[in-house]
Amino acid sequence: MKHCEGCEGCKIDKKLEDIKDKYKDVKGGIIGALHEVQDTYGYISTTAQKYLSKELNVPMSEIYGIITFYSRFSLTPKGKYNIQVCMGTACYVKGSEKVLNRFKEKLGIDEGQTTEDGKFSLEAVRCIGACGLAPAIVINKEVYGKMDVKKVDELIEEYTKK
Amino acid sequence: MDIKELNKVKEKNLKLLANKRIMVCSGTGCTSSKSDVLLANLKKAIKISGVKNLSVEKTGCFGFCAKGPIVVIDPDEIFYEMVKPEDALDIVNSIIEGKIIDRLLAEEKEQLVKKWHELNFYNKQERIALKNCGKINPEKIEEYIALDGYQALYKALNMSRDEVINEINLSGLRGRGGAGFPTGRKWQFTKEAESDIKYVCCNADEGDPGAFMDRSILEGDPHSVIEAMTIAAYAVGAKQGYIYVRAEYPIAVERLTIAINQAKEKGLLGKNIFGKGLDFQLELRLGAGAFVCGEETALMNSIEGKRGEPRPRPPFPAVKGLFEKPTLLNNVETYANIPKIILNGGNWYSKIGTEHSKGTKVFALGGNINNVGLVEVPMGTTLREIVYDIGGGIPGGKRFKAAQTGGPSGGCIPAEHLDTPIDYESLNKIGSMMGSGGLIIMDESKCMVNLAKFFLEFTVDESCGKCPPCRIGTKRMLEILTRITEGKGKEGDIEKLEHLAENIKKASLCGLGQTAPNPVLSTLKYYRDEYEAHIKEKRCPAGECKALTQVHIDPEKCKQCGICAKNCPVGAIDGEVRKGPFKINQEKCIKCGICITKCPFKAISK
Repeated sequence: MKHCEGCEGCKIDKKLEDIKDKYKDVKGGIIGALHEVQDTYGYISTTAQKYLSKELNVPMSEIYGIITFYSRFSLTPKGKYNIQVCMGTACYVKGSEKVLNRFKEKLGIDEGQTTEDGKFSLEAVRCIGACGLAPAIVINKEVYGKMDVKKVDELIEEYTKK
Repeated sequence: MDIKELNKVKEKNLKLLANKRIMVCSGTGCTSSKSDVLLANLKKAIKISGVKNLSVEKTGCFGFCAKGPIVVIDPDEIFYEMVKPEDALDIVNSIIEGKIIDRLLAEEKEQLVKKWHELNFYNKQERIALKNCGKINPEKIEEYIALDGYQALYKALNMSRDEVINEINLSGLRGRGGAGFPTGRKWQFTKEAESDIKYVCCNADEGDPGAFMDRSILEGDPHSVIEAMTIAAYAVGAKQGYIYVRAEYPIAVERLTIAINQAKEKGLLGKNIFGKGLDFQLELRLGAGAFVCGEETALMNSIEGKRGEPRPRPPFPAVKGLFEKPTLLNNVETYANIPKIILNGGNWYSKIGTEHSKGTKVFALGGNINNVGLVEVPMGTTLREIVYDIGGGIPGGKRFKAAQTGGPSGGCIPAEHLDTPIDYESLNKIGSMMGSGGLIIMDESKCMVNLAKFFLEFTVDESCGKCPPCRIGTKRMLEILTRITEGKGKEGDIEKLEHLAENIKKASLCGLGQTAPNPVLSTLKYYRDEYEAHIKEKRCPAGECKALTQVHIDPEKCKQCGICAKNCPVGAIDGEVRKGPFKINQEKCIKCGICITKCPFKAISK
């Protein structure tokens, strides 16, 4: 495995230690700890996995099993702008598939991938509950509703300039 | 806190609730439409105006999500829709002047409607689970207490455990998560299980796409769930509870966290509650994006910090559940009904609804319908009433084609069954199911084969992989469906689908697999001709399947204006203005349909 040094997610820093302390004595706390690592660093590095495995006494194989089972956890960093296209039924009925396809086409990436410049990553996500605004997408927590192919183009342009 | 203190808080806050208050919907839908900015602006406007006895409060979902953000001025219940952040000053000024802003009122049948409950949308609704949504600030426990909050808990603690369970049994309440198991019996089983440690859990892993009632309850009235779980803990003999909530619901998580802390501070959670010897602790656990965790045994594995894979049943959770101890698990909406049942009695509740389905059900109305939103109706209300009277019908003058209930586990209801009363039995009879309450309406432009494919894609993606019938079977079904929608369907495909469906239903380990073929089976039942058209005639009757659809410009109707070409996002329309009819380059066309909607002469069609 390629050894990676220097990026934020690979160091055992104070934040990681705090997460460990918080979940050390919680029954079944590993998922909670992984949530916080994911939120803090944007992904779960091998370093963090090894550290939590040792400190929380959960085998590495199990941690890897958990990370790959749950879609919220990621082993690689996401793009600067994470585009999530809601694929709930309400959005689907109103054309979210076209919206997703347009993003794929325009960005040249598939779901779950990141553009080469690290600017955009694309995800098809489960119902975000903004059914009144269907079809809806989320870019870094900002919700955009009533999407269509044209709006996709405009948003990509807007975010590329940012 | 004892009952005297509780009543004191109640009286004091009941008076405060009678003051002029601007209630701003702060559910996920309205927040996405900037109701949080509006809230901040309203606060500023009040400060600037210096007016006294006027406050602005966050509140839970009003349900009328299509017209969000919603603002209601209490106590007069003036209902404003589609309010923008810049309307804040006008609203505050109008209240000071004692006026109503007409432009923000809802319009029904060319008449302006002033009050919340005068809207047709609310006429046929009966709000029990959503009783406090829109009325209180969910981040203030005092407001919950003002509207009889925690009185049911006090009442229950003065009853015997059997008496509490008896009231639930009398009410006829059934699980609102989908399967409809009698709630009282679940409580009874857990109570009877012998163990020194028991758990009470709440399933808030609302995974069905298009269903958001549990989220709205947690966002709008988190204390009702906490109170109900505490009552359940007393009845079954548990000291520890867990709420398993989706991490995709950040607002719900935040409000629950606040609510649990407030309940602890007031001594309504913790040790010796109301001095009656009940100890109960409550913890939140976050889901991490796995649909299967909505299945009860998978959910428990996930709380234990494992992969959310289901376990074989029996043993049932009531006997051996979380951490191998007897566990009671109900969903959010089920719990939200409990305090009112305890306060008003099981008999009161059992008078609402039909013979075997008591009470009300909350539905998330979405898709091709005018009034997208959350509605709570008595069981037995017909689909027609929900779609046309409450939902306001189908937009764009299109025809109703189907309603989908039960998400990826449910089925489609065609127009011929619009008058079916919605309850557990009736829906099962016509090949659908109640499910958790997602109700997606589809108009004639929707292809039913493609819809079945959409749900199968979902289950294939979410199948945990533990048992082969679900893991492999659903994948084979999806391959066949994909083939059909791409125009490569073969004779015998329909029969193969049916054969696979039957076996997956029989042989899968958990509810996910056992119900996964339902969307295919129910669309086959009512729309078999559409499947056949795809396979035999290589035609998609609804014009949705790309490979089987072409968009054409009628050269006789084309006025050569070029609007279509200007709006085409992929430059697939060739031609020059006033130099002959425009033409669509079929190789470039992505069938998005924008040209069809933009053509002023209706010259373009599929």
